[in-house]
Amino acid sequence: MATANPALSHDTPVSQAQTADSVSRAKPYVNPYVGGILLGLVLFGAFFLTGSGLGASGGLNRLLVVVEDFVAPGHVDRVPYLIDMAGGDRNPLDSWVVFLTIGTIVGGGISGWRNGRLRFETIKGPRISRPTRWIMAFAGGALMGFGARMARGCTSGQALSGGAVLSVGSWAFMFAVFAGAYALAYFVRKAWL
Amino acid sequence: MAPFPLALSDLLGHWPSYLVYLGIGFAFGWVLEISGFGNSTKLAAQFYLKEMTVFKVMFTAIIVGMVGVFLASGLGLLDYNLIYVNPTYMWPGIIGGLIMGFGFIIGGFCPGTSLVSAATGKIDGIIFVLGVFFGIFVFGETVSGFEEFWNSSYMGRFTLMDLFGVDTGVLVLGIVVFAIVAFVFAELAEKYIGKMELSQFGKWRYGAAGGIIVMAGVVLVVGQPTNLDKWNAISKTQETRITDRAIYIEQGEILHLMEDAKLTVQVIDVRSESDYNLFHVLDAIHVPMDEVLSYADTMISAPENTVFFLMSNDEAQATEAWKILIAESVPNLYVVEGGVNHWIETFSDKTFVDAYQLPQHADDALAYSFASALGARYPASDPNPDVFELEYTEKVELQVKRGPASGGCG
Repeated sequence: MATANPALSHDTPVSQAQTADSVSRAKPYVNPYVGGILLGLVLFGAFFLTGSGLGASGGLNRLLVVVEDFVAPGHVDRVPYLIDMAGGDRNPLDSWVVFLTIGTIVGGGISGWRNGRLRFETIKGPRISRPTRWIMAFAGGALMGFGARMARGCTSGQALSGGAVLSVGSWAFMFAVFAGAYALAYFVRKAWL
Repeated sequence: MAPFPLALSDLLGHWPSYLVYLGIGFAFGWVLEISGFGNSTKLAAQFYLKEMTVFKVMFTAIIVGMVGVFLASGLGLLDYNLIYVNPTYMWPGIIGGLIMGFGFIIGGFCPGTSLVSAATGKIDGIIFVLGVFFGIFVFGETVSGFEEFWNSSYMGRFTLMDLFGVDTGVLVLGIVVFAIVAFVFAELAEKYIGKMELSQFGKWRYGAAGGIIVMAGVVLVVGQPTNLDKWNAISKTQETRITDRAIYIEQGEILHLMEDAKLTVQVIDVRSESDYNLFHVLDAIHVPMDEVLSYADTMISAPENTVFFLMSNDEAQATEAWKILIAESVPNLYVVEGGVNHWIETFSDKTFVDAYQLPQHADDALAYSFASALGARYPASDPNPDVFELEYTEKVELQVKRGPASGGCG
């Protein structure tokens, strides 16, 4: 079983993408240009049919607000930022981004299952422990969540969608994301290389 | 009017329309997964120049999506005005982007990819998603402390075409060429830093690169529809509405709609500045004729319950403005019947009319001679609906907005 010792099974170089153990079961990832063309067609389809691109953080935001509205409805009704989504009798789930997000989770899960990649495991660089990877995943996620709300969009909603329809802010945002990641990459290289 | 995007909630109903988004999301998640975006080490390798998958997939998607959108728009199938273009808030976007860049290299995902990772059972992906929830929660609780910054450097719908002052086609072709050159450098990095075998990507990619350049060239040649093109495409039906006077709304109805708490009535005054200064309706926005076209964006992005009334001295200029704006897909757009002259006549007392009305006036010129520029400080600027009981035939029909009001992160 791959899960028996994931720390070892992921010692193979990243460029090979597949762990030695899972080669027999998991299909290889598609050619990046094929993936890109398909993603571009999905993006175009979204714009063509609905007028809006793709996104993820907005859906996550609203799912979170559902919980907040359940736990502390009074609080939600007092914070202006939250009222927009769930104030009074507003239903935070009554938004297309929520359904887009649910679709993304289901689509990703089924694809992983069909291609033999649906496994309970931790993917990490060879030189860090799993708990360290988990802590970094949480910290990175928190920064992502905070930054995505600050920038009014995530990589898919701003960089990808806004980039394709030529928004100035989305292009500036895209370069900022890459700049931030490249600037810090050297200092966290132990986590990945 | 270009048939796409569709008014989904009108066609399918409110909740059923979300099925379309569910389908798009499904395809989105599927493609992210087969591209390897559920795998954090594959994503992180990007930032050590060993494997440029993230960059390649993302930029290929951007240029394919971009060429598709502008080709469809050029052919008159898709209305770019109704496409959601993320509004630019420059500094919050850049600072937020930098924070996300840090989060990307520390955590190994962006929000979309972490969903796919979590959905395929990756524990680091699941924990990352929990982190994202925490980050969003902290933002929601603290944003009131830096709201001023968060709303700063707002530039609205600001496109690269506006920034560089070039034609859409030139920009589309330029970005496609830029991306392909960048792919060449990315592959050089993969070859020499990542020690990858480039032949695995297949020779067909050269053909694909040529193909997308040709398509971008077609976008350039076809061009984007001008305001006149758009008007010509719809003029047949819309001219009938003008001759039937379906777009001219009686004062009584306007007054009634102004009182409706569920609606926002916006009067747009398209006359010269001097006429506007002499007299205008209270809260009327002054948009002179040469700025009407560029004002369309603002009107399209207004809330769904906004009704616009164009106003000139009589009706001629307002009708011209109406043609320009209706061609740009501005919803809920009408003209004030009789314009300013008729408005003053109806809502002023007789002594006022007798004192200031000119014996005759040229078409669409002001029919009154005001002694001073008092703007909206006349009783007729803000008529009391309880005093004026006017008969009218209802003509205004609220349209459902096409295309969503927010992006994927709203």
